[in-house]
Amino acid sequence: MALIRDLAVQGAEMLLVLILAPLVTGVVRKFKARLLRRVGPPLIQPYRELARLLRKEVVLADNASWLFRAAPYLIFAATWVAAALVPTFAVGLVFSWSADLIAIVALLGSARFFLALAGMDVGTSFGGIGSSREVMIASLAEPAMIMIIFALALLAGSTQLSTIAAYMLSPHVGLRVTLAMALVAIIMVGIAENARVPIDNPTTHLELTMVHEAMVLEYSGRHLALIELSAELKLLLYLSLIACVFLPWGLAPPGAGWSAYALGASSYVAKLMAGAIALAFFETAIAKMRVFRIPGFLGAALMLGLLGTLFLFVSRGGL
Amino acid sequence: MHGFDFDVAHLLAGGLVLVSFMLLYQDRLYALLNVFALQAVLLALAVGWQAYVQDAPHLYITAAIALLFKAIVIPVALHRMIVKLGIHREIESVTGMGVTMLAGVGLVALSLVVMLHATAGESALAREDIAFALSVLLLGLLIMVTRRNAVGQVVGFMSMENGLVLAATGAKGMPLVVEFSVAFSILIAFIVIGIFLFRIRERFDTVDVEALDRARGGRR
Repeated sequence: MALIRDLAVQGAEMLLVLILAPLVTGVVRKFKARLLRRVGPPLIQPYRELARLLRKEVVLADNASWLFRAAPYLIFAATWVAAALVPTFAVGLVFSWSADLIAIVALLGSARFFLALAGMDVGTSFGGIGSSREVMIASLAEPAMIMIIFALALLAGSTQLSTIAAYMLSPHVGLRVTLAMALVAIIMVGIAENARVPIDNPTTHLELTMVHEAMVLEYSGRHLALIELSAELKLLLYLSLIACVFLPWGLAPPGAGWSAYALGASSYVAKLMAGAIALAFFETAIAKMRVFRIPGFLGAALMLGLLGTLFLFVSRGGL
Repeated sequence: MHGFDFDVAHLLAGGLVLVSFMLLYQDRLYALLNVFALQAVLLALAVGWQAYVQDAPHLYITAAIALLFKAIVIPVALHRMIVKLGIHREIESVTGMGVTMLAGVGLVALSLVVMLHATAGESALAREDIAFALSVLLLGLLIMVTRRNAVGQVVGFMSMENGLVLAATGAKGMPLVVEFSVAFSILIAFIVIGIFLFRIRERFDTVDVEALDRARGGRR
């Protein structure tokens, strides 16, 4: 009986991320539009777009291989699993033992690998340029992410997200400069990984600047719907990651009652909305960077992670 | 030492090191000055917190000096100097940003290793304060080395001095006289450097110190 209940909670979490992901994107778009004094699309517009794409016919290029057709499913599966592993409203769920930060990074990395391959599959020049830029950004963002994970793991004594979140909830975590640095660094990495404004513009269709859009240019119909949904899931993943590690308040403890789950879910939604609105403000306030300045941006994130790790030794008083 | 006191001191001192990195990263002079002012404000906060924690009222004066001179007077004066020299559009750095940043991280690691070994047995607050102060000092040196522009070098010099003040406040019982004399010597150094800047500019038509390397004495 307990197992069934646990599985139900885990399943609810997996469905929750899937349902909320387009909403987060909708909130970001709406707030960006409002900040520019436009009315903006309704909040459910991303759902409508997905429904429309799912209804449409798939148009494939003549020379598209099986990889091109398989990639959207692989990308979506890997991203969904990664997003569902992050504790959203409760810690200590059935699959929490596998919710390892390194596993999540690896899942996202394999999704990106297939996306880059699919971008090059048809052989258009846009796909190629998008893939090469995406891989460049990834090769800079991943070391920074790993460095942040090191800092967090050294602090909490584990790379498992549930354990880290439980540690952050415990009273003996004070103000730590390492945590502040890791927060800034993970925000920078998240911005780069999600192709948000200073790195890439998610709404652009200008050849010179696009990265993510260039790779998925050849996709249509349900394939495009899956890729769009994976991108939305990835944004949700980073927001929930930041929420669960740095703002863990409201997370239901293992084996809690339904009221604790409800509280956890409502605080999770509130955190997501706050994150989406903050992202909209940030994106409106900043201009896009030149591609050649991206290494500097991500290098700063790497440096913050490295410094955070170093500072840990100081506060522990040993080296 | 309570946990919270230590945490805030840790945060402020770590913030100082972080701002030093921001100084290292800036390649525009106005932004450099703004970040320098930010560092001075952080220093004032850190010193003020130490005064509160150590219950040492004279440290409040040190904090006030840092706030008044380093956060307001010197940045404003440098700002006006840049306008007068007409170099506000210049962008400069000798080596690539990546190499500089890596060198900076290396210096921080070095100072942590040295200081944590050298101060074993002291109180945790003093240890980390001194380790961070040495990092700020070495980063200031690095800023001086990587800048060709004389104004950038002045900022590096001043940020080195911020590290010194941080180290001095971490150690209990620094007399106020020492503090005053350090503050005034910095001010005098600033004035002398200011005069030199204009002299260099008069002689060589630039504040790029590479021009000094080529000068081999004698009148042009």
